[in-house]
Amino acid sequence: MERKRTPLWELHKQHGARLIDFGGWDMPVAYASGTIKEHKAVREAVGLFDVSHMGEAYLRGPRVREAIELLTTNAVASAPPGKAVYTLLCRPSGGVVDDCIFYKVSDTEFFVIVNASNTAKDLEWFREHTHSLCDIEDVSDATALIAVQGPKAVALVDRLAGGALAGLTSFMFANATVAGVACIAARTGYTGEDGFELACANDDAPKLWTALVEAGGLPIGLGARDTLRLESKLPLYGNDLDDDHTPLEAGLGWAVKLDRTFLGVEALRAQKQQGLTRQLAGFRIADDQRAIARHGYAVVDRARGTGGEAVIGTVTSGGPGISVGGAIGLAYVPVAQAAAGTQLTIDCRGKDIPATVVSGKFYKRT
Amino acid sequence: MSTFPNDLRYTHDHEWLRAAGSAWRVGITQFAVDQLGDITLVDLPKEGDLVTKGQRFGTIESVKSVSDLYAPVSGRVTAVNASLKDAPEQVNAEPYGTGWMVEIEPTEKAEVDELMAPDAYVAHVAAQ
Repeated sequence: MERKRTPLWELHKQHGARLIDFGGWDMPVAYASGTIKEHKAVREAVGLFDVSHMGEAYLRGPRVREAIELLTTNAVASAPPGKAVYTLLCRPSGGVVDDCIFYKVSDTEFFVIVNASNTAKDLEWFREHTHSLCDIEDVSDATALIAVQGPKAVALVDRLAGGALAGLTSFMFANATVAGVACIAARTGYTGEDGFELACANDDAPKLWTALVEAGGLPIGLGARDTLRLESKLPLYGNDLDDDHTPLEAGLGWAVKLDRTFLGVEALRAQKQQGLTRQLAGFRIADDQRAIARHGYAVVDRARGTGGEAVIGTVTSGGPGISVGGAIGLAYVPVAQAAAGTQLTIDCRGKDIPATVVSGKFYKRT
Repeated sequence: MSTFPNDLRYTHDHEWLRAAGSAWRVGITQFAVDQLGDITLVDLPKEGDLVTKGQRFGTIESVKSVSDLYAPVSGRVTAVNASLKDAPEQVNAEPYGTGWMVEIEPTEKAEVDELMAPDAYVAHVAAQ
């Protein structure tokens, strides 16, 4: 099947991108400079990410707030206009349909950005549960999304917006004109750095991207997007989040308001009351181990037996800590093994590698 | 673009070999490097180890993935590029130069004769 292309595909080719299949999209995994340099550029200066493959939709109507209340675990519906809110979408079981960001335009209009690979599923989920409460307009195929991230990102975007955007605070959004292109600009991101995510019409995206490159932004591929988000302990749906784990287990309790009523609230309240049995823990592997624990590797306790009996957990994400050293990762482990300082053993392709549980983000910007 | 020097022999697993006295120096090709992206760890056998053609004798961790290194020929490891331990990025920078990995003294001459010539390898890559 032909891979889908974002409106920036031609520009990526010209820029020396190596393109890979990412959920049916032909996306840059890295450009000529390579993932490590790209990662560092975002930590030290400013990088540009084409995330136009992500899904976007509007939910509108006089009763849209009721729909939003039902769908979201976080306090989205009651947020002030102009606020972007990270939330989970949960099944009645408490398992996660997706994680996403809702933008509250007004009490009758919300904009939402969802994970590319979940777009069709999410839109179906919205329709199934809110059919009479709001109109849903899928604008994914007409909308491009460019993330501008790094310590120099805000100044860069603000300059191209004529000084209109520096005053926008974290998780606020506004309509803005950036390099002559009409955008929804949100002070959000997926790297642990400051910056903006700019949504615009597909046709305008090459002009905006080119202006951002000329202003000093370095194009960044999906490879560095993953190493950056992991260092900041931002979960990735399909790795760290899925139908079989709840947001509480994933450490996202801050985005779950259990005093509200929404899909999955009863299961989550019960889980909280009974106590968690497993938890997503961050771990670090020392440099001298010369190993990287990746998605799907088993966390083992050899004292418990041989083969499968020894498995106590699973690595959901892992990679080199480009800014923090060694190798880092996330794993679902029994709660008793999730405390900071706990020594874990990870079966790295047949070799038992020691890892240490660390709390909080691996990387925190100063 | 990927380049494949004319004085080398190649394997289907995207390794190259260059005659170095009675041994053969082994590395991975530009094609392999392009596929892997930035390399962060290279695990190699020790000097003196015996390796068997087609068997895993090392691993390469890149930012995105882990890959096995397969012995291109059977023989004894006579040299290891120890500098890759601290500077694996040499494989990205100079896959045919400072990014070499091991030297193997083959025990089966026939295996050396079976290695691909550059034009055969170029055709192999084109078919990927």
